[in-house]
Amino acid sequence: MVTENFLNLPQTTTAEAAVEPARDATPESVIDVRELQAYYGENRALKDISLSLYSRRVSAIIGPSGCGKSTLVRCLNRMHEMSSGGHVKGEVLYQGENIYGAGVDPVELRSRIGMVFQKPNPFPKSIFENVAFGLKVNGISGNTSERVERSLRRAALWDEVKDRLKQSALQLSGGQQQRLCIARALAVEPEVILMDEPCSALDPMATLAVEELIRELSQEVTIIIVTHNMQQAARVSHHTAFLMMDQDKAGYLVEYGPTSEVFTNPKSEHTEAYITGRFS
Amino acid sequence: MVRTDFDRHLRMLQSDLLILGSMVEKAIAKSLDALKRRDAEGARQVIREDDFIDSKRYNLEEQCIELIATQQPMAGDLRSIITMLHIAVELERMGDYAEGIAKICLMMEGEPPLKPLIDLPRMSEMVTDMLRRSLDSLVHRDTVAALAVCNDDDDVDALYDQVYRELIFFMVQDTNSIQRATYLLWVAHDLERIADRATNIAERVIFMVTGKMTEINVSRY
Repeated sequence: MVTENFLNLPQTTTAEAAVEPARDATPESVIDVRELQAYYGENRALKDISLSLYSRRVSAIIGPSGCGKSTLVRCLNRMHEMSSGGHVKGEVLYQGENIYGAGVDPVELRSRIGMVFQKPNPFPKSIFENVAFGLKVNGISGNTSERVERSLRRAALWDEVKDRLKQSALQLSGGQQQRLCIARALAVEPEVILMDEPCSALDPMATLAVEELIRELSQEVTIIIVTHNMQQAARVSHHTAFLMMDQDKAGYLVEYGPTSEVFTNPKSEHTEAYITGRFS
Repeated sequence: MVRTDFDRHLRMLQSDLLILGSMVEKAIAKSLDALKRRDAEGARQVIREDDFIDSKRYNLEEQCIELIATQQPMAGDLRSIITMLHIAVELERMGDYAEGIAKICLMMEGEPPLKPLIDLPRMSEMVTDMLRRSLDSLVHRDTVAALAVCNDDDDVDALYDQVYRELIFFMVQDTNSIQRATYLLWVAHDLERIADRATNIAERVIFMVTGKMTEINVSRY
């Protein structure tokens, strides 16, 4: 039987279809934030945040400057408490367990919930050592070369660097450096990767490469991305959370839902004003 | 923050759409007038002027595509542009029905009148009223008014039924009337389709305002 393909487009493969989860599929939550309040000393930066972040999905956190997007994402792997005066109230459940509970090792937690930052921050070491570093820190032994290659492949960087693994990572372009940082985060096989404006220092082509990578990785890893670029949130994420700063300067969750709905028919007029660029 | 330039473009788009609506409304009225008065020159004018309607529709489509490409509209803005894009297509098709009626008028040139035309002009008034109100509902973002337009489609369908039965009666009574009655049946069908398109516009307005895509009134034809 001949399958007609009038537009002469390549047929969608099963693997491609898997990147787009079924619209009616109920995703499983991996992180549940419950009435979270985050503080810097006396100042409350976030209030009453409750939301569930879904497994193997990309969730975007958007909102105007100062609304606490980065603070929220840093609360999800206890990076916030490393800031001066940083502390929280409320709960962040990771696979049902409160990450702020007694006996939780933050270092071990961060190996399961990795992070990629705004500016690419490779170490002044070789490409290979950058990726292998996380393995050493986390005491992961075994075939390091194999894991480094696997991580670089997953970060869509292998073909570009396989012949120069011993070269300094600082010789890579900005976009390559950011993908190297993603490879470094992937090396310890995290289940969640937090990305805090990972493309803000990148040019448009490097940005698109990272976005492609995010969608690809979301088949295996849960990704939570903070971005001030709404088009990026619309392009890469499955769910979007919109945060705003209240009169008391604390950020709160205005709306959270499937990206397709938030960007076409948001429930809140604040969200509508923000995403249509009429925010005051 | 305001988006002065973008907002100006959105207003221009809507204003151009209303101009297209007005062109189509005139074309429908003129085509019926030509049919009623058996005015071949009037019918030819409707046919010629359909080119302007087509060109206005393409111009509107281009404006919509350019705004989507350059302004990355979201949420309500995106729904407005998509709605106007759809409405432009609906209006252009209504223009084609008017052109169709004008062509029938030319086909009937020289034939004796079958009967005085009463119900078809009435139907024409009903459908142009639906068209006008559907565009008003767009301007005022008024879902109640849009819903009323959808509901009025039943009245047009009922009148179409009546015209259909009457024309069949003519055909049965006098086989010499079959050709003329068939032509008039085509006119009635064109008008009925215009009402369906006005209903589509109203449904799009409801989508634009609420974000919900629903078929409000399924035409019987």
